[in-house]
Amino acid sequence: MRHPLRRTRFEEFRALDDVSFDVPWGEAVGIVGRNGAGKSTLLKLLTRITAPTHGRIELAGRIGSLLEVGTGFHPELTGRENIFLSGSLLGMNRVEIRRQFDSIVEFSGVEKFLDTPVKRYSSGMYVRLAFAVAAHLETEILAIDEVLAVGDAEFQAKSLAKMRDVAKDGRTVLYVSHQMQTVTALCTSALYLERGRLSYYGPVDGALERYRASFSAFAAEQTDASRRAGTGELRARSVRLAEESFEPAEDKILEIDIDANTAMIGQYFVSVHVNDENGVVVVQCDSRNVGVWLDPATPQSLTLAIRDLWLKPGRYTVDVFVCKTGVLDSWEGAAVFEVLPVSPYPVLAGDEALASGLVLSDYSYQARPAGGAAG
Amino acid sequence: MPPGEPRGSRAEHRRPPRKVDRTRVGPGKRTATTVITPPGRFALPRWAELWEAREVAYRFAQRDILLRYRQTVVGVAWVVLQPLASAGIFSIVFGQVANLSSDGVPYFVFSYMGMLAWNLFNNVLGRSAPSMVANQSLVSKVFFPRMIVPLASAASVLLDFLVALVLGVVLLILYGINPGWPVLLVPVWVVLVVLLSMGLGLAAAALQVKYRDVGYVLPWLTQVLLYASPVAYAVSEVPENLRGLFNANPLTWMLGLFRWSLLGLDRPPLWQIGAFAGAAVVVFYLGALFFQSWERNFADVI
Repeated sequence: MRHPLRRTRFEEFRALDDVSFDVPWGEAVGIVGRNGAGKSTLLKLLTRITAPTHGRIELAGRIGSLLEVGTGFHPELTGRENIFLSGSLLGMNRVEIRRQFDSIVEFSGVEKFLDTPVKRYSSGMYVRLAFAVAAHLETEILAIDEVLAVGDAEFQAKSLAKMRDVAKDGRTVLYVSHQMQTVTALCTSALYLERGRLSYYGPVDGALERYRASFSAFAAEQTDASRRAGTGELRARSVRLAEESFEPAEDKILEIDIDANTAMIGQYFVSVHVNDENGVVVVQCDSRNVGVWLDPATPQSLTLAIRDLWLKPGRYTVDVFVCKTGVLDSWEGAAVFEVLPVSPYPVLAGDEALASGLVLSDYSYQARPAGGAAG
Repeated sequence: MPPGEPRGSRAEHRRPPRKVDRTRVGPGKRTATTVITPPGRFALPRWAELWEAREVAYRFAQRDILLRYRQTVVGVAWVVLQPLASAGIFSIVFGQVANLSSDGVPYFVFSYMGMLAWNLFNNVLGRSAPSMVANQSLVSKVFFPRMIVPLASAASVLLDFLVALVLGVVLLILYGINPGWPVLLVPVWVVLVVLLSMGLGLAAAALQVKYRDVGYVLPWLTQVLLYASPVAYAVSEVPENLRGLFNANPLTWMLGLFRWSLLGLDRPPLWQIGAFAGAAVVVFYLGALFFQSWERNFADVI
C-alpha cells in the first residue's frame, strides 16, 4: 500500500535498444541470450503483446504467437469449444479452424472426449489438445517461446518435429530458447542478445559461441571476490575439482579453500550447488546436513565428495555459498565440469533408454513371474 | 540482408524503412504487411482491426454465455428469476410499504420495466469493468485488440436483456397495457444505453488494470446510483426542490424513455431524448479514447 498523495518514483529501463534486423522468408531464427537479455521482450514486441516506445517493426504477414500451451483454454469449456476459442485467439479465422478441425482432433487423440469439459481431462490430454491447436496455426510467421516445449520427452520430440515442418513449409519461425540443443536442431540462424542489445545475427554456431563465451566471461568475473555477491565477511579463495570430467557414476570430488577472518564470531557453513546446463539445481550439498560447521579463525580447506549421484552426460556448473545467518560469499560458476557420454549401466540399450529424466540412478528390477495360479 | 554479419549500428538504425513488395512476399500468397510503431497518445481504436478480430469477440461472448449457466440447475431461468424477484421486492417495499406512486400503471410492471433498463445499464458496466483483469493471463500471452474483451462482455448482458424483455411483453399482455407505437423505439434506446454504459465500462476496465481499487468502488457507486435514479419510484414522487437534480441524471432520462416506449407513459421532454443520445455517444467515444491510450501498457502492468 502506498501513500495516496505521494508520487511513485520510477526509473526508466530500456529492456531493448538498438535492435535492427531483417529475417528472410522461411528462416528459422533462434533468439538466444542470458536471462534478462531481452529475449522475451523482443518476442512480445514482435507479437504485439506490448507496444514499443521507439522504432518500427514490419511484419510481412500474420504472426502467430505460441508463448504458452493452451492460450485461452478455459477449464469449464469442452474440448470442441476450446479448439474454437484458442484457435481464434491464436489468429485463425472460423473457416480455417473448421477446415483444420478434424486434423487437430486427430493429432491430439481426444476424439472421445471432445464434448467433455477440459477440466476433466488428464494433464497429458490437455497438453496434447492445446498443442494440436497451436500446431495447426497457419500464419506466415510463428513466434515460439521455449516454454511450449513442455511435457514428456516423446511429446517434446513431437513438438520439435512439428516446428521443423513449419520452417520447411517456407514460413518464418522465431524461437526463443535457453536450450542450445533445440536451437541447433531447429534453427537456421540465430540472434544473440546481450543486455537488451543485438550483438550478433548470423549462423547458429556463431551465436552459440557467443552465448557460451558469455558464461565463461561471467565465471571469469566471479573469480574476482570483490565482484561477487554476499557480505564479504569471509570469501572462498579457490574451488578446484579433482578432475575436469567425470564418468556418470564416479564420485565427484571438490576442493574448497576458504580464508580466515579472526574478527568474525561464531561458526559458519558452506553449501554447494551443482547445476545442469539449463540452470536446474541438480543437487544441494549443504554442510549443515552432515553436521559440519567451520571456525572462521583459521583458513579452511574442505574436500567435498559427492557420492551415489549418477549424473547424465553433459556440462555442469558448481556454485559455492559460504553462509552464516546470511550469505557471506556467493560464488556462482565457481567450477565447471563435464560428465562424459558413457553409460554407467551394465547393458547398452540405446539413447532412447537414457533420454528422459534429470539424473540417472543405481536401480535394479527383480522379476518374479507371477503365473496364473496366484492366491 | 544476408545473415552472417553483426547488425545493430546506429547508422543502420536510421536507414529509411524498407519497401515491401506485397505481391512477392510469402510462399505464393499475397499477404499484407503489418507495421508496428509506437502508439500515439490519443490514438483512436483501429476499427478495421476490431472487425478483423470479430471471431475472437464471438468466441469470448460464447464462452461468457456458456459459462454463466453451465453446471446450474435451473440454467437460463436465472435470467428471468432475477428481475422478477427484484421487481417483486420493490413492489412490496416501495409500492406497498412506502406506498409510492407509479404514474398510474400497476406498480409491479412499473418497477419491472425500470429494472429492465437499469439492469441493462448496470450489467454492461458491471461486466465490462472487471473483464480485462479477469482475462489477464490472455493479455500477457497473446495479441488481439484488447477492446474486444470489454465489448464482448456486453453480449451476455444483451441476451439476458432480451429474455427479460420477452417476459416484460408477457407482463404487458397480462396487465392489458398497450404502449402504442413508441415501442418501436426500444431498440434505439437499447443501443444508446449500451453505448453509455460501455463508455463508462471501457474507462473503468482500463483503470482497473492499474488500480484494482475500481473493483471495490464501482459496485458501491452503482448501488448508490440505483437509489438515486427513479428505478423503483416515479420522478413525480421526488420533492420539487430536488426535481432539478434528478432531471440532470442521464439515468432519469433513460428510465423515462423506456417507460414511455414500454408502458405508454408520458413522453419525456425532447431535450432529454437529445441529451441522452448525445451523452451516450460522447461517453462511449471518450471511454474508447481513454481505453486506447492506456492499452499500450496493459501487458506490462496487469
